[in-house]
Amino acid sequence: MTSRTATLMAILLLLAAVPPVAAYFAEPFYLDLLRRVMIFAIAAISLNLILGYGGMVSFGHAAYLGIGAYAVGVLSHHGIDNGWLQWGVAIGASALVAAAIGSISVRTSGIYFIMITLAFTQMLYYLGVSIAEYGGDDGMRLKVRSQFSGLIDLNDPTAFYYLVFAILVLSLFLTRRIVDSRFGLVLRATRSNEARTRAIGLSPYPFRLTAFILSGALCGLAGALLANQTAFLTPEFMNWTRSGELMFMVILGGIATTAGPLLGAAGLLLLEDTLQGWSVLPKWVQEHWQLYLGVILVLVVLYARRGLAGLLPGDKHE
Amino acid sequence: MDFTLVVEQTLNGLQLGVMLFLLAAGLTLVFGIMNLVNLAHGSLYMVGAYLATWFYQLTGSFALALVLGLAGTLLVGVVVELVALRTLYERDHLDQVLATFGLILFFNELIAILWGRAAIYSTLPEFLSGHVQLAGNLRYPLYRLLIIGVGLAVALLLWFVVSKTRLGMLIRAGASNRAMVAALGVDIRLLYTIVFGFGAALAGLAGLLAGPIFAVQPGMGEMILIQVFVVIVIGGIGSIRGAFLGALIVGMVDTLGRAFLKPALSAVISPAAGDAAGPALASMLIYLLMAAVLAFRPEGLFPVRGGS
Repeated sequence: MTSRTATLMAILLLLAAVPPVAAYFAEPFYLDLLRRVMIFAIAAISLNLILGYGGMVSFGHAAYLGIGAYAVGVLSHHGIDNGWLQWGVAIGASALVAAAIGSISVRTSGIYFIMITLAFTQMLYYLGVSIAEYGGDDGMRLKVRSQFSGLIDLNDPTAFYYLVFAILVLSLFLTRRIVDSRFGLVLRATRSNEARTRAIGLSPYPFRLTAFILSGALCGLAGALLANQTAFLTPEFMNWTRSGELMFMVILGGIATTAGPLLGAAGLLLLEDTLQGWSVLPKWVQEHWQLYLGVILVLVVLYARRGLAGLLPGDKHE
Repeated sequence: MDFTLVVEQTLNGLQLGVMLFLLAAGLTLVFGIMNLVNLAHGSLYMVGAYLATWFYQLTGSFALALVLGLAGTLLVGVVVELVALRTLYERDHLDQVLATFGLILFFNELIAILWGRAAIYSTLPEFLSGHVQLAGNLRYPLYRLLIIGVGLAVALLLWFVVSKTRLGMLIRAGASNRAMVAALGVDIRLLYTIVFGFGAALAGLAGLLAGPIFAVQPGMGEMILIQVFVVIVIGGIGSIRGAFLGALIVGMVDTLGRAFLKPALSAVISPAAGDAAGPALASMLIYLLMAAVLAFRPEGLFPVRGGS
């Protein structure tokens, strides 16, 4: 076990210890906040797979967050509360949409890829806005959280917390395995040198598209979790700023690192929460926190290129 | 479907098209020459709209407000280039996207601090607020005709500057090989600043023209920016001609789709289908168009030849 893996383990152990500690201090707010952090971490992990390891700068990853959330919301709206079915549809529908968007966008690269993924997500956003049946602009409330035939009750904050935690650990483990596999090796090769990858007889397209679909499916699951977390969903889940935030999480945490997306999600959400709600800060900071967030974002991109994972102890090459 | 409505909507499409062109031209120039993805281009559009509206309220003179608004946006653009964007030219697109995303948050909030979050409305001066009798019973707002005229004039001017002047020669040279241009003794940094300022001024012009007909509010830039992306992806990134034709196509498709898709679907399939699918399909139309174009021409309709 490298020291980096050990650090990641320590972070996960700390996360596992949150519910009893929060219960002891009677601070349920932190349970909610960290659950939110972990859900976004799962979304960021999925983005890191294609952005970090595959070099595909997707500026539209919020689309799958939205599709996952809408899969839960729409089925629930029609009276189907079965969680297995809802989450299965969330993953399947996200994979299908990722396959459709990917089959067009993965053929392009660079700036075209960025703009196309952004534009398709915007299209889905407008689709969400224009369907009045599912609340249109205002979105809709989730009356009943996903039901898992009595196995686990999502209305219990602690049980929900550990479910999200388990999915997070599984996502970290699975993406690590994917990246280390032969498939992952080719994916990383297409990022570092496409011409050489072709020269040794591998066509990048199927590898990139597969990674794109896997990433979309995992992000769809995060969307299903997010819908249950907020018990509410709106087209805003697919807003382009959300895609930008996901990208920022990956960069802030440290691109193409295992722990990066988790650190980045924690970093950004806790920063947002602090700027908005920390009473020590003066009123003019709290009210216009986005101004400061914007400046911090620019500074991080310009000067902190290795991200938070670069600050962790351990070897720098994973 | 009556003829007057078709002509009116076509003019509306043309008007949206030239607005998109003003934004797309700056964005595509900056990308073609500096290889910079500038998401904050929409913020400059917003700055232009706010400055012009504010100066008009202060001075009471529409012409003066236009000049001051344009100069102000140019100034803001040059300052942004000098302070933040200059260091980004050598970075990859990911860093550029994120840093300029940060700039968007900054500008939207700054505008909210200065003028509030609610939309502000600007009025037209007396001499521009009338209608023009185009034919029979077709009356069209004079101001919208003016926008079309200004847009077409700017397109002509841009074509002239880029293909006939010394500055245009440097711009084209910079787009195809900047190292070579720098080696020949051209101050490439100055050229970059000029081009960026020029792009900013065009975005500001679009913003100040939009002021009196759209709601001027924080975030207005991003709504139109994503349409502009569709324009330059369809047209071919880096190509002014592509930006112009792409803008007209997108403007037309979007406007005519919103106006006629619902009645068309109602007539062809059923009124219920028209009501249900019309608005949704109309708002997705330009993105579907983009997908169709890319499926056949991944580099857009008018890719730039040669250049790097």
